[in-house]
Amino acid sequence: MREYSALSLIRNAFNGNRDWQPVWRKPDPKPAYDVIIVGGGGHGLSTAYYLAKEHGITNVAIVEKGWLGSGNVGRNTTAVRSNYLLPENNRFYEHSMDLWEDLSHELNYNVMFSQRGCLNLAHTPAQLDDYARRGNALRHEGIDSELMTPSEIAREVPVLDMSRTARFPIVGGLMQRSAGTARHDAVAWGYARGADRLGVDIIENCEVTGFLRDGDRITGVQTSRGEIRAAKVAVAVAGHTGPVMKLAGIDRLPIESQVLQAFVTESLKPFLDTVLTFGMGHFYVAQSDKGGLIYGGALDGYNSYAQRGNLPLVEEVMSEMLALFPSLASVRVLRSWGGVTDMSMDGSPIITTGPLPGMYLNCGWCYGGFKATPASGWCFAHTIARDEPHPLNAAFTLDRFYRGAVIDDKGQGATPNLH
Amino acid sequence: MIITCPYCGPRDLSEFAYQGDGNRKRPDQASTNQKAWNAYVYDRLNPAGEHNEIWQHAGGCRRHLAVTRNTLTHAISKVAFAAAAGPKRSAARRKQGKAG
Amino acid sequence: MSPRRTASGGMVDRSRSIRFSFDDRFYVGHPGDTLASALLAQGVTLFGRSFKYHRPRGVIAAGVDEPNALVTVLRGDAREPNIPATMLEIHDGLTVVSQNRFPSLAFDIGAVNQLGGRLLGAGFYYKTFMGPVLGPLKGTRFWMFCEHFIRRAAGLGRAGAVADPARYERMNAFCEALVVGSGPAGLMAAKQAAAGGARVILAELDPRLGGTANWSSETIDGMPAADWAAAVLAELAAMPNVRLLPRTTVWGYYDDNTLAALERVTDHKRTGCKGEPRQRHWTIRAGRVVLATGAFERPLVFPGNDRPGLMLASAAERYAVQFGVLPGRKIAVFANNDGAYRSALALREAGASIVTIIDVRSDISPAARDLAARAKAEILAGQAVVATEGGKQVSGIKVQPFDAATGRLSGDVRAIEVDCLAVSGGWSPVINLASHAGAKAVWDDKMQAFMLPPATERWTGAGACAGEFSTGEALAGGAAAGSWAAGGASASDPVPEAGGTVLDIAPAPVFEIPAAGKAFVDLQHDVTADDVRLAHQEGFVSVEHLKRYTTLGMATDQGKTSNIPGLAIMANALGKQIPEVGTTRFRPPFAPVSVGSLAAERYGEVRPERLTPMHDWHLENGATMYSAGLWHRPMIYAKPGETVDQAYVREARTTREKAGIVDVSTLGKIAVQGPDAADFLDRVYTNMFSTLPIGKARYGLMLREDGFAMDDGTTWRLADNDFLMTTTTANAGKVMQHLEYLLDVIWPDLKVHVTSVTDQWAGAAIGGPRAREILAACVTGTSVDNDTLPFMGIVHGEIAGAPVVICRLSFSGEMAFEVYSGAGHGTHVWQALIKAGKPFGLVPYGLEALGTMRIEKGHVTGAEIDGRTTARDLHLDWMLSKKKPFVGSMMMDREAMISPDRLQLVGIVALDNLPLAGGAHIVERLDRDTPRDSIGHITAACYSPVFRKHIGLALVRAGKSRHGERAFISDPLRGHFGPVEIVSHHFYDPEGKRLHG
Repeated sequence: MREYSALSLIRNAFNGNRDWQPVWRKPDPKPAYDVIIVGGGGHGLSTAYYLAKEHGITNVAIVEKGWLGSGNVGRNTTAVRSNYLLPENNRFYEHSMDLWEDLSHELNYNVMFSQRGCLNLAHTPAQLDDYARRGNALRHEGIDSELMTPSEIAREVPVLDMSRTARFPIVGGLMQRSAGTARHDAVAWGYARGADRLGVDIIENCEVTGFLRDGDRITGVQTSRGEIRAAKVAVAVAGHTGPVMKLAGIDRLPIESQVLQAFVTESLKPFLDTVLTFGMGHFYVAQSDKGGLIYGGALDGYNSYAQRGNLPLVEEVMSEMLALFPSLASVRVLRSWGGVTDMSMDGSPIITTGPLPGMYLNCGWCYGGFKATPASGWCFAHTIARDEPHPLNAAFTLDRFYRGAVIDDKGQGATPNLH
Repeated sequence: MIITCPYCGPRDLSEFAYQGDGNRKRPDQASTNQKAWNAYVYDRLNPAGEHNEIWQHAGGCRRHLAVTRNTLTHAISKVAFAAAAGPKRSAARRKQGKAG
Repeated sequence: MSPRRTASGGMVDRSRSIRFSFDDRFYVGHPGDTLASALLAQGVTLFGRSFKYHRPRGVIAAGVDEPNALVTVLRGDAREPNIPATMLEIHDGLTVVSQNRFPSLAFDIGAVNQLGGRLLGAGFYYKTFMGPVLGPLKGTRFWMFCEHFIRRAAGLGRAGAVADPARYERMNAFCEALVVGSGPAGLMAAKQAAAGGARVILAELDPRLGGTANWSSETIDGMPAADWAAAVLAELAAMPNVRLLPRTTVWGYYDDNTLAALERVTDHKRTGCKGEPRQRHWTIRAGRVVLATGAFERPLVFPGNDRPGLMLASAAERYAVQFGVLPGRKIAVFANNDGAYRSALALREAGASIVTIIDVRSDISPAARDLAARAKAEILAGQAVVATEGGKQVSGIKVQPFDAATGRLSGDVRAIEVDCLAVSGGWSPVINLASHAGAKAVWDDKMQAFMLPPATERWTGAGACAGEFSTGEALAGGAAAGSWAAGGASASDPVPEAGGTVLDIAPAPVFEIPAAGKAFVDLQHDVTADDVRLAHQEGFVSVEHLKRYTTLGMATDQGKTSNIPGLAIMANALGKQIPEVGTTRFRPPFAPVSVGSLAAERYGEVRPERLTPMHDWHLENGATMYSAGLWHRPMIYAKPGETVDQAYVREARTTREKAGIVDVSTLGKIAVQGPDAADFLDRVYTNMFSTLPIGKARYGLMLREDGFAMDDGTTWRLADNDFLMTTTTANAGKVMQHLEYLLDVIWPDLKVHVTSVTDQWAGAAIGGPRAREILAACVTGTSVDNDTLPFMGIVHGEIAGAPVVICRLSFSGEMAFEVYSGAGHGTHVWQALIKAGKPFGLVPYGLEALGTMRIEKGHVTGAEIDGRTTARDLHLDWMLSKKKPFVGSMMMDREAMISPDRLQLVGIVALDNLPLAGGAHIVERLDRDTPRDSIGHITAACYSPVFRKHIGLALVRAGKSRHGERAFISDPLRGHFGPVEIVSHHFYDPEGKRLHG
């Protein structure tokens, strides 16, 4: 059964689900491809999909060290939004939003993108002005955004502590209605299915152990399943950019891999319909369709590949949560996990040709990787196919740091753990 | 994580602030080598394994520590004062920095 | 007597009764009961409804592994949802309601979902609800429409809506040996470690320490196991180096042997004692950890295996022995291992009749046969349960011959009448904590379970957790582990002997009975064996894909009973061994932990509050306070009837006409001292400080290493080697850290000390035409005339007997002075200044007036030094020394940072005389409907009393070249559009005549 629909679901309900086929094939690697994408996460998968769909390049292999989608696409807090500050980011993320809105149809796979809104809470008049700056920046790019008054917020999210005596009273907020959440794993699976149906080989359990080179030029990869050659090798491995690029002889990049924890509570009856952020710390939360609150806060703050967080940050995030929701003290945390984020020096991504001939690099996603998945793949595919960036990612180069053309939404400078 | 501060003794992670890649070498104050400055400010070693890092005992003696820590396991193998670990500057170089 | 309560036996106190309510009905139980045991004793079998199909569910476990019987506890208006009835001790007044049912537990409309069961298989939602491609429901609308109903149907308990009044507490503890679990192995380990002199913490998640000893029929050291446990506990309790923590779940194993535990301090009481928190969050730093966490019994997967009345064999045994409750009168046992035979005997001895023992194995060991005979139970060897019957309680089962080797069923089906089926599918050691610590589980073919890998220098296992399944082995293992935890102290006493039937509980490798019908793997999430096979069919074969696609193991019990059976079914479908499919890494918490406990003392007080020394004075004098980061600062001092705007305009105007005073204690203050202090300041500031004379101050600008502006402020030279640096309020910590890093890491050879003295000084800035007269009226010990105290001069004196340092500098643009005194004298000095100022018309002013005057003057603050602007963007080029290198000097002139197109600081004036607002954007061409092409934004705005106009500061693209141009405010968010003129940011007194006065 290739196409998914209510009809195919009913048909299978009566024949014991006999017709469902694997969502993607499990091919062995061929000796050579036009393009190899290193990393079978969200961005690698979407890159392959758009290479095939937008550029007709279907002789593509994705090589993935573990199981498909085992990185941050399956470890995030599922928020999708485009409410950044700086125009380069806003345009890029809004393009992502456009792709998101049609993604389920396009992939014939329900990624459950639900535009339930994202509300940034402001706790001082100065912060509200700051949000107004951001919201107006969005509006001048044609992106939806609105300010909300405390009484509007109280109606929208009744469980919030709206008292004026709160430690940080809520004085307003910035709402992006088109923002929301998506089912993270489904995004990986949907893109995998889409790419697979266009002829892309997705090769799991295939670890890149080295790069094949001709002089400076990258000509393929050595893997745990043998050598694979390609004219173009694209790297989209997010938190593992450091170790993978080291295999190509590049050991220093404007990137640090840090651990970001996320949490989910036990399942609760729905009471929170929007994605919400706290303005006096670093806390964001949404309630999933299953009913669990999915939330997170700041980075643990140091380099780590351990996918394991530490306790002080857990305590910090929980206390921020209760500052907003004092009624949730007896709700219980069910599970925590850690993802490895590739924190760049200005908080914005890198989607670029190079740094070596025959190579293309996609990294530096910081917190923002999940929501970027469609546009990241779309722009990266363009960059790979045309050997030059699309205007939407033209600013996301490596050399921007050295030229001083940083895209620093938070204004924190080269301090990755503050972005 | 527990870091053994050479001054204060073993202390919990919550007392420390991460200050990044300890392998970076800041060019001399008077250096005009733009590439070296760019590298110092933006480029980081980001190894999966042993890493030399700077941590500040922010909630304690506030000294900066050179910590060797494994980024795969979080195991710490060495801690020293960053000042002692850093390159010793000669008096002449210091003067040069002053005059430049 | 209750219908299911045995006449005697167990550890409940039948002489006392406890009244509690469940779904508005009152029940009676006894001290020692859990909600589960008390309700079972009353004949209640229906405890909850499952997540997806809303199937009726009973209780299947007796502890933390319970997936079904979840309830909500009501405490006044506060609600605690999703609590397993097996973990809830009853107390008088306990009020509990069932959840995920409507209108009632017995009749739940959601059960209609069962009809669509075949439609609602694993991942069905990925294949539908996408809606039409065109029309009003295109895009995400159709999905969101469907999602609305899905959300309403999903979720378990309901969270409370009012603040939880409970108090939570955090504790730190240190020990050489942490023993997790207090069964025979844990007790032995604790005893041994304590005897070796170690500080020992023994944590047990149950209310009663002793673990299996509390419901075992064995003897230890010649006495009933429970008596032995009680004796050991008494011994441990008397030792000063031992801390016993009952009701404490060790839930996380973090780096460097930091373990997190949750103690439920008063949840089991109607009211806590004075000062007792509801729960206590323990952070335990342990030298060594003994994991004596036991093992979970696994169920078997067969059609109808979710019916109320089905129970894990060990749970049934525990209800009978520990709680004196018979889960049924006519009990059948269904097993693949010998362990269940002991449960059968225990149930029999407690008064139940064991109808039969159905064993998938055809060869039964003599030891098991002996137990069955004593239980007077017929063994149906080589048979399996293929169906169950009944509604809200099981009434019968069907049994068919089964070949464990081939997994095939054949022959006649036989019906057996029962009211309880005790099931045992083998045992899984509880290795979660070691997994948190990074241990990779090792598959054991004999036990058909993932076991602990070899111990490390930080932790070891003991008892069933470490594969020591018999009590004798567990005691020996516990003793060895305890001795190791104490640093290798040798055993003081011989290890006691365990008496009773020794069983080999290795199971037959049977996990599922392949009969037709819904067979559940994950009971709470309603994941069936067919769902697992569908996942396989669709290629979701790695264990993580299986979990994510089917939601197996993602429920509140985190797969404690379902993970291994799910893996086994997948392995079978793949034709692989279980370890080839993999095991998932366990992540904290081991069992759910309340958010409140983790916030602990920060619940209700997320951040500290910083108050200036004059805080109370501000409140007493009508200030409206404003949160600025952690600080509270006066915003305005409104007179009765004044609006905010009226108040700040009055304050600013009076300051410019007469005099005003503002509390500036929040400014960051750093003492920079030492022989190299001046050299150091030259390096960190863009301008020179080594040339600054003693007794003078200078305005300084710092850049970050990347060349962008970082912070500004004045630094005062108090002596040759003694400077007092001030920073902006917001950046005080960041600047301090920056300086320390440079001194400690980059220039350790510089002889400089930096000390944060923000909290040591109170600061008052007094400015205006009459300011000097006011000072002259109250300052003693120094003159404050122009010669003694010129612009940027510093003097020492006294005000009302308190020593002060006065620097003449100005933020307001008026002649102004900053008066610093010791923090303890702050209010005293402030009041003296207020009193001296009264005849001159002095007013206190707040942040609004401060902001107004700085806008008029064109001074920058954090709104302009926002981490993205350069010194040149802010017209601070004049501060960039060309005579010396400084931090950022090599980075500040890179190509993109000197582009003329950058956002640059300008002033703007509203031409329509309407208020401007921070955050509004600026455009060249106004388009209200589709605003576009922003050229910048307003950073700060006010009504200027001086100019009687609305003015603002803005960052505008190429702003330096736009002075005199007209542009428009475009603020679609607040619906404000209007014409403005772009001007220099120096609105007021650009020559500085007033402050030099």
